[in-house]
Amino acid sequence: MSISQNSRRQFITQTAATASALAFPLIAGAQPKTVKVGVLHPVTGALAYSGQQCREGALMAIEDINKAGGIKSLGGAKIEALLGDAQSSPQAGSAEIEKMNEAGVCAVVGAFASAICLATTQAAAKYNLPHIVDVGVADQIVERGLKNTFRFGPGYRKCAEVAVANLHVLNTAAGKPAKTVMIIHEESLFGTGTANLLARELPGYGYEVKEIIKHANPTRDFNNIVLRMKAINPDIVIPANYYNEYALLVRTMQQQKVTPKAIFSVLGGAASSYKFVKEFPDAANGIIDCNHWFNPKDKRSLELKKRAEAKGLFFSYELFMTYTSMRLLADAIDHAKSTDRAAIIDALNKSTFSDHIMPYGPTKFVNGQNQGAQPLMTQVYKNDIKVIIPRDYREIDPLFPLKA
Amino acid sequence: MTIDIKGGAKDLAGIALFVSLVAIIPLVTDSGVALNFVMMALYAALLSQAWNILGGFGGQFSFGHALFFGTGAYFQAMAQLNMGLNPWVALAIAVAGGSVVGVVVGALSFRYGLKGSYFALVTLAFAEVFRILTLSVPFTGAGVGLMLPLQESFANMQFGSRKGYVYLVLSFVTVALLVTWGLKHSRFGAYLQAIRDNEDSARAIGVNPFNIKLGAIAISGGLMAAGGAFYVQVFQYIDPGIAFGPATSVEALVAAIVGGISTLWGPLLGALVLHVLADITRNMFGQLPGINMVIYGVVLVMIVMFLPRGIGGLGATAKSVWVGVWRKKDGQHE
Amino acid sequence: MIDLGIVFSSVLNGLTTGAVYALIALGLTLIYGVLHIINFAHGASLMLALYAVYVLKQHWGIDPYLALPLVVPGMFALGYALQRLIINRASHGKDENILLVTLGLSIVMENAALLFFKSDTRTIDTAYTLTTIAIGPAMIALPKLVAFAGALLVSGALLLIVGKTDLGRAIRAVAREKQGAKLMGINVDHVYAMSFGIGLSCLGAAACFLLPAYYVNPQVGSGFVLVAFTVVVLGGMGSFGGALVGGLLVGVVESLGGLFLGESLGQIGIFVIFIGVLLFRPQGLFGAKV
Repeated sequence: MSISQNSRRQFITQTAATASALAFPLIAGAQPKTVKVGVLHPVTGALAYSGQQCREGALMAIEDINKAGGIKSLGGAKIEALLGDAQSSPQAGSAEIEKMNEAGVCAVVGAFASAICLATTQAAAKYNLPHIVDVGVADQIVERGLKNTFRFGPGYRKCAEVAVANLHVLNTAAGKPAKTVMIIHEESLFGTGTANLLARELPGYGYEVKEIIKHANPTRDFNNIVLRMKAINPDIVIPANYYNEYALLVRTMQQQKVTPKAIFSVLGGAASSYKFVKEFPDAANGIIDCNHWFNPKDKRSLELKKRAEAKGLFFSYELFMTYTSMRLLADAIDHAKSTDRAAIIDALNKSTFSDHIMPYGPTKFVNGQNQGAQPLMTQVYKNDIKVIIPRDYREIDPLFPLKA
Repeated sequence: MTIDIKGGAKDLAGIALFVSLVAIIPLVTDSGVALNFVMMALYAALLSQAWNILGGFGGQFSFGHALFFGTGAYFQAMAQLNMGLNPWVALAIAVAGGSVVGVVVGALSFRYGLKGSYFALVTLAFAEVFRILTLSVPFTGAGVGLMLPLQESFANMQFGSRKGYVYLVLSFVTVALLVTWGLKHSRFGAYLQAIRDNEDSARAIGVNPFNIKLGAIAISGGLMAAGGAFYVQVFQYIDPGIAFGPATSVEALVAAIVGGISTLWGPLLGALVLHVLADITRNMFGQLPGINMVIYGVVLVMIVMFLPRGIGGLGATAKSVWVGVWRKKDGQHE
Repeated sequence: MIDLGIVFSSVLNGLTTGAVYALIALGLTLIYGVLHIINFAHGASLMLALYAVYVLKQHWGIDPYLALPLVVPGMFALGYALQRLIINRASHGKDENILLVTLGLSIVMENAALLFFKSDTRTIDTAYTLTTIAIGPAMIALPKLVAFAGALLVSGALLLIVGKTDLGRAIRAVAREKQGAKLMGINVDHVYAMSFGIGLSCLGAAACFLLPAYYVNPQVGSGFVLVAFTVVVLGGMGSFGGALVGGLLVGVVESLGGLFLGESLGQIGIFVIFIGVLLFRPQGLFGAKV
């Protein structure tokens, strides 16, 4: 390779890099010695709401980190967010990773949706760019052997296992009133995957899965499904879907006066959602969810919740998952004492980050998955969401079965 | 099939020039951003070239071209995952699959005389049917979709850097260009365009519209399926929504119309312009999601308003304006 | 296996859901019948109408049904303006351009809504949202029954307008033979714009009836577009009676399909009908033009 070829390449590469850097809206001003982190979420398109919530979480975390003095081991360097829009599609997400890479980010936090994360982690792996997966519950994301991918929270296999085990605990404690189950799930990756796992686990604990109903995104009307519910009369209804459909389903159940012994969700879209509880308190009452949740005994969680609400945002899982993922990253960069990507990956692998508001204990990554990650069981009680299981985080005693 | 090579020589030279120029790009830059841009622009061009064969030259606007895209993508994935075949072999199956689906849908539609909006809507319906079917059938992975394991090698059609993919899609685009060139300068293409312009007259001079249109949809379907196979190789994940959803159908037709339908270079121009536009708007006003797409939509409407024959038509318009200016000048020196 | 009570409920349910489909399709069929354009922006327009109903309820406390006299004319004005000022100017009479223009408009509408309203899903709370009426073994939600009545009313109104008024005559003339109508002195551009306006005002009515039982967010329109197209094709492009009957039929097929095949696969019934009608009876059930 001749020298002129090399410098031509470099010129084009550098021009592209400058162009990309200019193309990104710079937050925290263009100060010298900042640590650039990519914040990539689907803020337009079908997933806009969740993507926006995630982005807010990231920005709040960066605000907190910078206020507390930035990255101390790098002389107090502030974190600078490069915001990217994955436009609710894997292609757009991938393209943003390329841009972020060339703009010189040292790591990326994103991209909420499993399908998008599959593409973005892979694109980032080409450059050994550390990618923290904030939500993305599909287990395939961390099972592909990519060295750059780290997921702080649990995947859906873990959630399904915890959910089923805890359902059994609740049921047994109440004298086993529930025997039959009906699963209602959305038709794509997360819903189908979760439903498959549940269908596999439940019989082992002695539950009969009477029916599994798959529905579209969006579903315009749940009356048929509720009619089936009436006919089958399951003891427990297990929904696994996104907010809009979950809300519509539960409202329809309320309308048609269908009251199973429990509505027990696994990663339910609205089951542990402050927005849903606020807007439909009657329908929401008593719903149990196995979902991402913060540590209720940590005062900082409540402070963060208040701050989010002061901004007019609901304190949803997208927000606090991405918030804590960003804190994890900052901690790793601090330990790495550098913005070198390999060093950060190394620091993440060795991370024992425990100063966070999630119920995960000290961090420990094995093949990119945080071993301590776990969902919590919550129940809606008196227009608020309280943790019921596990005992170390319990706020109220569970109400199971629901009184009709 | 008679091809007028002499008449099409200029176009052939143009194609050769274009391909050579693009082929140089991966040799002079390592920029992931640039390479990714080129790759995605070529990919979009491939999709709209495929659409253009049926829509532009054939005059049969399809709203559901994702049907062929998804078929190609799923065949590509399933051939590797379920049958353990090599991706290059799978590619052949994917393309064949797209063509066959094209023939079946085409046969049904043309046999029953569907034209214009009716044809457009029936393709949309077929795409939806396929989407729902793949969602419900276990061997397509149903809602979970299909994931190709990561294994980079030439033999496995997975490339570590975007460069490999750029050459791969460039080769597909070259084939599409040559096929379109063939349509422009062959008797088959002439028949096709005659049918587009006036089917009854064409029939009167002895052309068989059914067979010709069927040929066009087979070619169009095959090329679109190649696009689908390419997608799977790059992103290694496909689900019913991505495969058969309206987004891909729309992407294909918009680029072709914006660039100038029934021209050789229209789809490429359209794909390039739209991608540049999307890129520029994507990160403008980053804190206000939505405004970038508003601008994109507005520009799209304006392009249509001021360039009714597409961007390709701009050349013709410019030429006529230029000629007009000269004529006026001559007149003034009377 | 499935008892008749459930089938009955399912059919009634399908009828009421289908009524909303009919309302949405009525506007689409008018626009297609007269202007011969497939309005890609129909779903996004429905979404805007839903937001209008939402805002009227949340900020001014106006009940959705009482908002009809506000939303319907408002959507009419929007439709008239869009057609006269943008679509007509941009399309230069070419079909493919109209397609792109309506597509571009739908992108602008959807993302403008995203900008102003954010991506949150919004619902309204009314006293009657949870009320159900028992009809035999079925319990039908009150808002859906009102929607059913509404669909009948709107179809009737449209038939009256197009059948008995001067405007209606003009519309029918333009739909049948544009050049001839022009020669007769009819202002075709005005008639086009009026038709588009009326088409969107049907969406305004649909929104008033839909929101109490549903929700709104920037992407809500896209869920109805394909179904609306199916209804239009089934009923016959340009036929109001067809849109009404087609809508009810599609609603019932979707409902029963969901009951017997499962919600996800059941959707296929709609498209099988769509394809079947296109192939074997493209003029639809009531194939008359407007």
